[in-house]
Amino acid sequence: MPFLWLVLILLAIAAVGYALGRARALASSGGDIVQLHSLPVYYGSNAALKSLVPALAVLAVWLVAQPIYVTNVVSGMIPQAQIAEGVSDSLALSEVRRIADGLDLAVANGALTEGEARDGNADVGALTQTLQDAGAVVTNEITAQALAAAQRFRALSAGGAWAMTAVVIAIAVIGAFVGIRQTHKDFRARNVVEQGIRALLIAASLIAILTTLGIVLSLVFNTIEFFRLYPALDFFFGTEWAPSFTGRGGASSLGVLPLLWGTIYISVVALVVAVPIGLFSAIYLSEYASPAVRSFAKPLLEVLAGIPTIVYGLFALLTVGPLLVSVFGEGGLLGVNWQGGGRAVITAGIVMGIMLIPFVSSLSDDIINAVPQALRDGSYGLGATQSETVKQVILPAALPGIVGAILLAASRAIGETMIVVLGAGAAARLSLSPFEAMTTVTAKIVSQLTGDSDFASPEALVAFALGMTLFILTLGLNILALHIVRKYREQYE
Amino acid sequence: MNDMRFVETRVTTNEAKFTAKDVQVYYGDNHAIKDVSIDIEDKTVTAFIGPSGCGKSTFLRCLNRMNDTIDICRVEGDILLDGEDIYDKKVDPVQLRARVGMVFQKPNPFPKSIYDNVAYGPRIHGMARTRADLDEIVEKSLRRAALWDEAKDRLNAPGTGLSGGQQQRLCIARAVATEPEVLLMDEPCSALDPIATSQVEELIADLRTRFSVVIVTHSMQQAARVSQKTAFFHLGDLVEYGDTGHIFTNPEDPRTESYITGRIG
Ligand SMILES: Nc1ncnc2c1ncn2[C@@H]1O[C@H](COP(=O)(O)OP(=O)(O)O)[C@@H](O)[C@H]1O
Ligand SMILES: [Mg+2]
Repeated sequence: MPFLWLVLILLAIAAVGYALGRARALASSGGDIVQLHSLPVYYGSNAALKSLVPALAVLAVWLVAQPIYVTNVVSGMIPQAQIAEGVSDSLALSEVRRIADGLDLAVANGALTEGEARDGNADVGALTQTLQDAGAVVTNEITAQALAAAQRFRALSAGGAWAMTAVVIAIAVIGAFVGIRQTHKDFRARNVVEQGIRALLIAASLIAILTTLGIVLSLVFNTIEFFRLYPALDFFFGTEWAPSFTGRGGASSLGVLPLLWGTIYISVVALVVAVPIGLFSAIYLSEYASPAVRSFAKPLLEVLAGIPTIVYGLFALLTVGPLLVSVFGEGGLLGVNWQGGGRAVITAGIVMGIMLIPFVSSLSDDIINAVPQALRDGSYGLGATQSETVKQVILPAALPGIVGAILLAASRAIGETMIVVLGAGAAARLSLSPFEAMTTVTAKIVSQLTGDSDFASPEALVAFALGMTLFILTLGLNILALHIVRKYREQYE
Repeated sequence: MNDMRFVETRVTTNEAKFTAKDVQVYYGDNHAIKDVSIDIEDKTVTAFIGPSGCGKSTFLRCLNRMNDTIDICRVEGDILLDGEDIYDKKVDPVQLRARVGMVFQKPNPFPKSIYDNVAYGPRIHGMARTRADLDEIVEKSLRRAALWDEAKDRLNAPGTGLSGGQQQRLCIARAVATEPEVLLMDEPCSALDPIATSQVEELIADLRTRFSVVIVTHSMQQAARVSQKTAFFHLGDLVEYGDTGHIFTNPEDPRTESYITGRIG
């Protein structure tokens, strides 16, 4: 039975439970709402919740557990000898799954009857032919064991699905029944619903937390896997980044230092551009600008934040890069020959800085506006000018918040990819000159994973180690930023 | 009203520090101060009383042009300080505010050390040539605000860490440190407990020997205790202005009488 139908049936049961619960509550008080402990909706909702929540919970658990169970049983059926031959465990399993899918397809096409598909003594060669004719993707040599495993797989899956449907519907009905039976004018349905809603909210936040945890764990495991194939010391302290391409052989140098250096260098340039401009414009907007100017300039500045980073990348590639070359390049305005090509740290840094301006300015603007007016009045009342007030009272009061904003901007700069790819190039290099092409951790993650990558090779797995490095870096910055921002908040409580 | 003590020392020879003539204040279309004319005497405590929203703070803020910081606020008429129009183009409001200090309703110490709070004005106006000068100004101001004994051992502690009453006295010390000629106080005690209030009141009596003080207050008792002159505002009008003793014992206008006997407000 399709999953959707099952959910619809559950909803229908819950709806019936709702209607009956509500009706029963009204009946128990003789139609007088005032005599009920809770409003009638709560009695209905109680029955609906009692039916829906356990049923959906069981459904969710079942959906996760069944494949694991089936896989376990089936993989036990595959002879160890075959696995030892070099076919990995998961490959053998996916072959089994493909045969099972093929059988399903053949049955659906009418090429096989259900009975034939289940026949344990079927001729393997003929069956292979039938399956391939039916359009299934299976290998030429289906072994008898694999076929048996596939048949077992189908049987278990189909049986499991039916059992699941039956169990879940039964739970829903029982739940609804319990909910309806409980309904009485003194029953505290309102409190039960309150608990239900609380549970729902907890579940939502758990999902958010667990997903994050899942992402982190997948990073961690793959990183560990990488370090098994590649020495951690060489990764952290290697000064050369030269991955050999998969299949071509040869050892790779996967030192993270050039990438980290590029990341930090470009981010610093970006912050050098973004922080003064963003901060000064925030000060202008919040302290000097008239409401008319403010209402016009602030949204305009925030438009910058809406531009996709790929557009900034194009801007770097087509406008800023050539412009910088015409200043710092050969035959340029300054007559120095520092910059060879448009792609350079400074190109990406400046453009990234422009991208971060609205980020810094709108956060700082909020923070400056949060400084109590009383402090400004106090300062003006002592005969301070506007800039004295800003410099000596407002900025010190807002400083922790502004530092927080800058750190958040920094962690965005560190995570930025597109501008780097287009503006700074792809050469991993340890150099001090801002006019040279360099690249960053993020850009290299992309290039290691584009195209065909074999996820068992260090060249691909290094992406996870890079991701982990980046994650720890930005996490540290964010924690620091949050900590500072929180401290700042306390100051005005 | 028999619990009121009146300040005995009437100084009759004082000349006008502020002279306001036909002052109108508008917030956009809201006519907040109507036709107010008043002479505020030197070395005198003048109390502004009246129900909430009658324009006491607004008028007070005209005296040091703090209303300039409110975009929609418009002031008309003449206000003279020592015979000089403070709304004249030649007058720099920033300079004016150094001469006419202000203490606000809620204590608003800067998030700096106690020392830096007091030194803020003198530093801005370049009043101290050496660090020792500045130390002296800070000590003198804190002493005048009766805060020296409590603060002398923690001058580097943040001003925001003091209690409410101490904070308000710090704000007074901060205002006094710039040696203003007039001190404007907008309900300086409304956030304070009775003990802190009486400390601040003693302070006001003391300050009168050097400057003229204008204080907005909601407490009739306080007005009676600290002021020599009282002005009663009602709905933007200056209803009655005269010697405090006179206003409280013998109000001429029925509105004043209703207010001080607690019938409006
Ligand atoms: N910043 C402001 N913007 C607009 N209207 C204001 C502002 N401050 C005060 N007002 C208005 O001016 C009138 C007088 O207010 P205020 O001077 O604060 O009264 P008081 O201090 O006597 O309670 C009130 O009607 C008030 O709404
Ligand atoms: Mg007021």
